[in-house]
Parts: sequence; structure tokens; C-alpha cells
Amino acid sequence: MKTLLADALTIAGKDLRNEWKSKQTIGMMIIFSSLVILIFSFAFDPTNNTVKAIIPGLIWVITIFAGLLGLNRSFIAENENDSLTGLKVAPIDPSSIFLGKVLTNLVLVTTVQIISIPMLFLLFDYRFHGQIIWFLLIVLIATIGFIVIGTFLAALAANAKNSEMLLPVLLLPLLSPLMIAAVQATRIVLEQEGIADAISWLQLMVGYDLLFFAACFFLFEFLMEGS
Amino acid sequence: MKQPSMLMDRVMYALLVPAMFISLYLIFIWSPIEKQMGASQKIFYFHVGTAWVAFLAFFVVGYYCVLTLKKPTESRFINAGISAEIGVIFTTITLISGMIWGKSAWNTWWTWEPRLVTVLILLFIYIAYLFIRKMDGAWERIAKLSAVFGIIGCINVPIVFMAIRWWNTKLHPVVFGEGKNQSGGGVEPEMLLTLLFSLGTITLLYVFLMRKGIEIEKMRLTVKKAKSKVIEKLAS
Repeated sequence: MKTLLADALTIAGKDLRNEWKSKQTIGMMIIFSSLVILIFSFAFDPTNNTVKAIIPGLIWVITIFAGLLGLNRSFIAENENDSLTGLKVAPIDPSSIFLGKVLTNLVLVTTVQIISIPMLFLLFDYRFHGQIIWFLLIVLIATIGFIVIGTFLAALAANAKNSEMLLPVLLLPLLSPLMIAAVQATRIVLEQEGIADAISWLQLMVGYDLLFFAACFFLFEFLMEGS
Repeated sequence: MKQPSMLMDRVMYALLVPAMFISLYLIFIWSPIEKQMGASQKIFYFHVGTAWVAFLAFFVVGYYCVLTLKKPTESRFINAGISAEIGVIFTTITLISGMIWGKSAWNTWWTWEPRLVTVLILLFIYIAYLFIRKMDGAWERIAKLSAVFGIIGCINVPIVFMAIRWWNTKLHPVVFGEGKNQSGGGVEPEMLLTLLFSLGTITLLYVFLMRKGIEIEKMRLTVKKAKSKVIEKLAS
């Protein structure tokens, strides 16, 4: 168990150092999320007060679109120089590859969120009435679920030639319950003081996270088997 | 060797055709016309049947996915794929018939109601599953990848249903349940009999299609193997 975590941290560290040097993926994700916000401001007039109602949805649309870019890269990048084979034959548990990739993607997507969500609030001139701690908690829990299932399916889709196109088709239907819960919970937290009304959504998200984390964790070795 | 399965197919075919006509007769002539919704309620018999088969086909896919992960064999892989293909057809029929019924019953083509959305997402998962099966590569590899996705998809469906149930109100009539406010009314005995009969017929149709599909797929595989053998011989 300890070695599993240590191996995962090693893989995540390698990926993050790699990313820190090139800054290619993260830069692309941040620019892309800013552009999405820009397009949204054309599509929905920011000066209109009714537009405030769609802010919780926009947060998640941005996260998913920007996240898809990073997820696509996470396993395809390993195909260069056949590094994925290197990971597969390394004397480590396949699940630690999964854990490491989840950590990397989580760091990347959280970084994008840290920049893009305040930007969204700024550009749409949104003032929320809730408590920021609950908002952060809900964003974090939903992002973890998104990354877990996204990383898993990215590893699956990396086997295909058209994996960039395949990943959204696989991911979005599976993501739908999490997104319903995330958008509803975010709306409640942004508009109301307490978290009481959002508790059941929070439970659903935590349940989803745990269930899919367990399923992906154990099924991941089947993805890494074979050629 | 082929004889018993051929006989079985014939028997099923002989059962299926009259059963189809009888269920049509039961639905359109014998069963009484519903008071509130009128003749449009007849679509209910097909709608429930196809929806049931859509979910049944999905669980068959899930079942064969688990088996494939345990030990991949060609026939398990084929079975899961054929069931998914039939599932796509039946989910589409369910959606279309549901929309027509919804238009006449609720005066809207679409509502964001748990069962409707679950079936829609089920359709997308089915299609994604078929996309994975169309990937290039050795079949053992694809069998494993698609099986993994099938299992994840199977876990997802009940959660989707729960999520949308919380999200939205209840518009679907609960026909058989005894809900507090939604005791829908129950059904006439004639209607119940018709419904059960059409359910049985459509399930029989599913089993028949499944057998035929598997047979065709196996033939395709045999032809493919024979072809590659011929090519090898010619090349050498």
C-alpha cells in the first residue's frame, strides 16, 4: 500500500515536472478556458441579470471542456517514444499508474479552475452570497469525480487512433449524474447561506466518487494488460 | 452439429409470428380504449415492452462483460456486442414511442423526467460502447477494453436514474405502484393481460434477434478466417 502511493507520487512528480518545463498542456488549458468564457460572454449578455442564473452551469462547462484537453494528453503523451510500454513493464502495480495520472490531472485541472473561476466571476460581475468554504468543497469533490472517471476513460481511449474524438463520447454520458449534482449543489451554495439544502447532492457526489474510484482502481489493470 | 440450434430457431419463429399477430389483435381490437387518453394509450403496450427489453439487453451486455473480463472467449464477446446492437434499436424505439405518447398525453414532446433521461443516457452509453468495439486491434484487447467500459456503464445507469429523480418532479404515472399521491389508477384486467402478452412477445423477439445476430456474426467470423487463410495460401 505504501509502495503503491510512493510509486503514484513518483509518476505524478515526473508528469508535473515535465509539465512545469514545457507548460504546454496547462497553458493551452488556461487559454482555452479563457476563450470559452469570452465566447460565453458573447452568447449570453453579461449585463443581463437573468444570466446570473447560469453561472453555476458555466463553471462546470469550462471545467469539463478544459479538462478534456488535459485528459486527452495524459496518456497520448506517453505514447511518444513508447513510454507507456515502459510504465507497463515497470515493477509497479498498474493501479499506481492510475493514481499517479489522477493526481497529475487533478493538479492541472485545479490550477485551471483557480484561474478561470475568479475570471468568470469578474467578467460576469457575479457576487455570491454563500460561504466560500462550502463552494470550494463542492468544486473539489465534483472535480475529483470528473478526474477519476476521465483519467480512466482517457487510458481506455488512448488505444484508439481517434482517441481525441472518442474520449468525450465515452466520458460525457458517464459524467451526467455527477454534473447534475455538481451544478445543483453549486447553485445552492452560491445563492444561499448554508449548505443544508445541498447536503443530499453532496452525498450523491461523494458516493459517485467513491464508487467510481473503487471500480476504476480495480479495473485499471485490465486496461494496462497486453500489448 | 448445427441441427438443434436450427430447430430451435424454427420453433421460435413459428411461435413469434402468431404471437405478434395475436398481440396486435389484443392491443388494437380486444383491449378497451382508455378513458382519458383515448386511442393514443395503445402505444403504451409497445412502449413498456421495448423499454423493458432495452434495460434487459443492457443487463445482458453487463453480464457478458463481466464474463469476458473473467475469461475472454469469442462467443462471450460476440454475445455482448449483439445485445448492445439490439439494445440501441430498442432504446431508440422506446424514445420515439415515448415522445409520441408524451405529445398526446402531456402535450409536450419531451420532459426532463427521470425515466426519459435515463433511457436517453442509456442510448448514449450503448453507442459509446459500440464505438469502442469498432476500434482497430486484436479482438482480445478490444474485448477487454469494451468489457471494462460496459461494466462502468452498468454501474452508471442506476446513479443516473437516482440523480435525475432528485433533480426533477414526477410526471410519469405510476400505474402499478401505490404511491401516496400518484396512485395513477391501476389497470383493467384486459389491459393488464394485453400488456403482459405484448411484453412476452417483445421479449421473445429480443431472444430471437439475439440468436440470429449471434449466428450472423459467427458466420462473418468464419468467412473472415477462411478469407485470411486463402490469402495466406495465395501469398505463399
